[in-house]
Amino acid sequence: MRLTAEGLTGSAGGPFDFSLGAGEAMAITGPSGAGKSILLRMIADLDPHEGDVSLDGVARARMAAPAWRRRVAYLAAEPGWWHDETAAHFPERARAEALMPDLALEVKLLDQPVHRLSTGERMRLALIRILLNEPAVLLLDEPTGALDPHATELVEGILLDRLRAGVSVMIVTHDMAQAGRLGARRYHLAAGVLSPA
Amino acid sequence: MSPILLTPVDLLVASSLVVLDAVVSVWLGLRLHKQVLVAAVRCAVQLVLVGYVLRYVFAIDTPALTLGLILLMVAIAGREVAARPERRLVRYGNQIAGLSAVALATFVTATFALATALRPHPWYAARYAIPLAGIMLGNALNAASLSLDALLSGVMRERSAIEAQLALGVRFGEATKPLIRAAVRRGILPIINVMSAAGIVTLPGIMTGQILAGLSPIEAVKYQILLMFLLAGATGIAAVGAAYFATARLTDGRERLRVDRLV
Repeated sequence: MRLTAEGLTGSAGGPFDFSLGAGEAMAITGPSGAGKSILLRMIADLDPHEGDVSLDGVARARMAAPAWRRRVAYLAAEPGWWHDETAAHFPERARAEALMPDLALEVKLLDQPVHRLSTGERMRLALIRILLNEPAVLLLDEPTGALDPHATELVEGILLDRLRAGVSVMIVTHDMAQAGRLGARRYHLAAGVLSPA
Repeated sequence: MSPILLTPVDLLVASSLVVLDAVVSVWLGLRLHKQVLVAAVRCAVQLVLVGYVLRYVFAIDTPALTLGLILLMVAIAGREVAARPERRLVRYGNQIAGLSAVALATFVTATFALATALRPHPWYAARYAIPLAGIMLGNALNAASLSLDALLSGVMRERSAIEAQLALGVRFGEATKPLIRAAVRRGILPIINVMSAAGIVTLPGIMTGQILAGLSPIEAVKYQILLMFLLAGATGIAAVGAAYFATARLTDGRERLRVDRLV
């Protein structure tokens, strides 16, 4: 198994137990405030919690936290930016530029200040940012929530490419059809319990 | 030249100026007259008490008593630093960060001064150690509280930026560097302003006091320069210390950003 979670318990509820194979996708729906984001954050080890997670059989506790987060990458619903200039977030600019056309982003966007980018542009650039780390697992919190149908289709295309390449994806979404397009197992999170939907 | 000694009557005459402030307050309806009078009385009582305490401590001049008094001053300063920021670190985090920062700044700079420039005999003589520690503390307190406040308010503002970096595998120390930089800057700026304006815009209080007390202006200036440099050092150490000690409380063994430790 690529990703295994055992007894994951935190402010989102639990204990959560599940596993995800290489190239598999898992979609999580549920009411707002049910703790879907916190579940992803627990897996990425960004929130304090109990329980064990392992990647390809290696326990998370045996890996340094930054190394774990590079392999198991969390993308927040509203990703943060820490420089004024967009390009400063992409030290490997050429690799970022190579991915931008696939997401209908013009390369010159990198030369704009972050505050001039639209929400949708920021979301897609933040996706590129984590893809450049070539993670084994993607934990995505409503990655297409702010996107138009065309951009959504492009993002799903990229995710399908990654899935075929063996990357595992956990996606929080309100769009049941999206789960179908990604061929994802569906789960519902409510009242601290994660159940197949 | 011997100092002009002040009599209680001189001070009483000077206090008429405080009364003038109170009259202005009543006249303009500022409703500050009570506060002005209370503050003036507090100031006089506190200073007279300190005068007697210092006379007693200087006379006895034992290292234990000197150290005890300095530790008490450090504790009070640490508490003040902790109280300033709007946000609080749980489990006495503000107190620990504030206390560590001012204690470190004061002990390092005061010991440095006593071992190099001043060199009284013995080096821990109360007459030098206590006033020196006091003025270092005052400035360290200022720098540490500004730095701590900037850090704790900044961390909430920059939360998503810091977590975005953590999620990319950036180390906690790296992701919080801009925050620490901003906090230290905020703590150090005032002493830079004071040093730049010294002598032109303001005549520093200590120097003024020494000149009034009969010391030659050149000797007073030399003391003032020494003190300014010491204060610059204390300010820097306190600002850096407060920022780093507080940041350490905001993370854990897994390099998470623990905003849950901030209330």
